[in-house]
Amino acid sequence: MGYVWDFFAVARNADILLAGLGQTMLLSVCGIAVGVAIGGVLAAMRLSGRRTLSWPALAFTEFYRNTPPLVHFFWFFYGLPMAFGLTLPPFAAALAALGVQSAAFFAEVFRGGILSVETGQWEAGRALGMGRARLMRRIILPQAARRMAAPFVERSFELVKTTTLAAALAFHETIYSAMVIVTQTYRPLEVYTVVAGLFFVVLFSASQLAEWLEARGRRAGAR
Amino acid sequence: MTVAGDVVLQVEDLHKSFGSTEVLKGIDLSVRRGERIAILGSSGSGKSTLLRCLNVLEMPTRGRLILDGEAVGKPAAGGATRYREAELNRLRARVGMVFQQFNLFPHMTALENVMEGPLSVLGRSRAEARRTAQRHLERVGLGGKADAHPARLSGGQQQRVAIARALAMDPEVLLFDEPTSSLDPELVGEVLGVINDLSEDGRTMLLVTHELGFAYHFATRILFLHEGRILEDGPPEQVLKSPREERTRRFLDRFTAFRF
Ligand SMILES: Nc1ncnc2c1ncn2[C@@H]1O[C@H](COP(=O)(O)OP(=O)(O)OP(=O)(O)O)[C@@H](O)[C@H]1O
Ligand SMILES: [Mg+2]
Repeated sequence: MGYVWDFFAVARNADILLAGLGQTMLLSVCGIAVGVAIGGVLAAMRLSGRRTLSWPALAFTEFYRNTPPLVHFFWFFYGLPMAFGLTLPPFAAALAALGVQSAAFFAEVFRGGILSVETGQWEAGRALGMGRARLMRRIILPQAARRMAAPFVERSFELVKTTTLAAALAFHETIYSAMVIVTQTYRPLEVYTVVAGLFFVVLFSASQLAEWLEARGRRAGAR
Repeated sequence: MTVAGDVVLQVEDLHKSFGSTEVLKGIDLSVRRGERIAILGSSGSGKSTLLRCLNVLEMPTRGRLILDGEAVGKPAAGGATRYREAELNRLRARVGMVFQQFNLFPHMTALENVMEGPLSVLGRSRAEARRTAQRHLERVGLGGKADAHPARLSGGQQQRVAIARALAMDPEVLLFDEPTSSLDPELVGEVLGVINDLSEDGRTMLLVTHELGFAYHFATRILFLHEGRILEDGPPEQVLKSPREERTRRFLDRFTAFRF
């Protein structure tokens, strides 16, 4: 007996799903922003050459890289109120968890990009008398940025997919909206197929855009 | 203030160790303004390390560095010297360096490479930096390549841009570390030609090289380095043709073993 697909059940609730997708995008963009900001600081600490800075940063990145993200979602949502009496709304808790965990990954992306620039570039800059900050900004970062682009996009996609864990905090992002629709329509197959399709369309278009930008950057660099 | 012949760079009892291996074992050297010094020595004798100590890309472990009568760094315990970053940057701006691997900035055009120092270290205006950069590129025969990125240039052209980049800082002392060693043989001549042409400026230059013929014609003075010490120091005629030390003779013999 064949299953009879009924996508109208989803179509009727498209507004809920799209609202959820909007929240997913919002959480993703904010998550990337927080992750990049903290990740930048972590990378700077690790590259500082001072143990008092690099070790804590190393411990932080390793901890968040090697623990499951859901734990951190729960910790910020359920743990923080118990430990510190600080209650965060689902969005803030999810953002905090995403932010700190992706910071650990972004820090590695930044550090890897910067370390991939040959020592000769540092030496050439220093030999001109450039200070550290200027050397970083004028010589190292422009070159590192190109090499960071691909892993950065990759990590950002991971982050977008990880935002779905916020459903566990009853945050109304795409998956949570899907669950709501499923309980109303009993059409999980259709609903989750559409959800997969939505993520695919968004991420695939984003990756095409990123590739185009990268190719353009490469052409500009090899002029 | 800048009289030809006065001492521009003085090195006293310079030591450099990497971990427990001492690479420079006490270098004393007095460089007069306008001197062109070729530094010879076998691989591992410390030639690069010596040059890199002169612009403090490597921190000397011990000893003093005096540029234009001013000691670099402050004395600290145990004969060591403490250096402040800002002071080192100022020194490096006055002591130029040309590397074996060119180390051009790949994300910048030839012109931008040459402009970078004047622009971001000397604080020149963009227009002025551009003007002098163009002049220096023309000087090394690359006026037409201003807009080319390094990847589009031959090794010899890249090294000439690197020389222009160093010249644009108008350094008091210019250091070359085997500037032609990573070039195809047919490109060596164009780079040596450019370096030789710099002689007419009267700029102080120190050059590490394995090109004995070039050293003979270019240098006013030759140092032979052996195991971290200066073993021989004199005019090219004397060092290359009648070296005092057996070591120097053996080193030179290796270059003249095959003749045709
Ligand atoms: N950063 C470093 N760390 C550890 N050892 C080093 C470092 N730089 C140089 N050395 C060692 O110091 C010694 C001298 O090196 P240096 O590069 O000065 O020799 P060189 O005379 O320039 O040789 P070459 O003709 O091969 O360039 C070598 O034994 C080298 O292995
Ligand atoms: Mg060397």
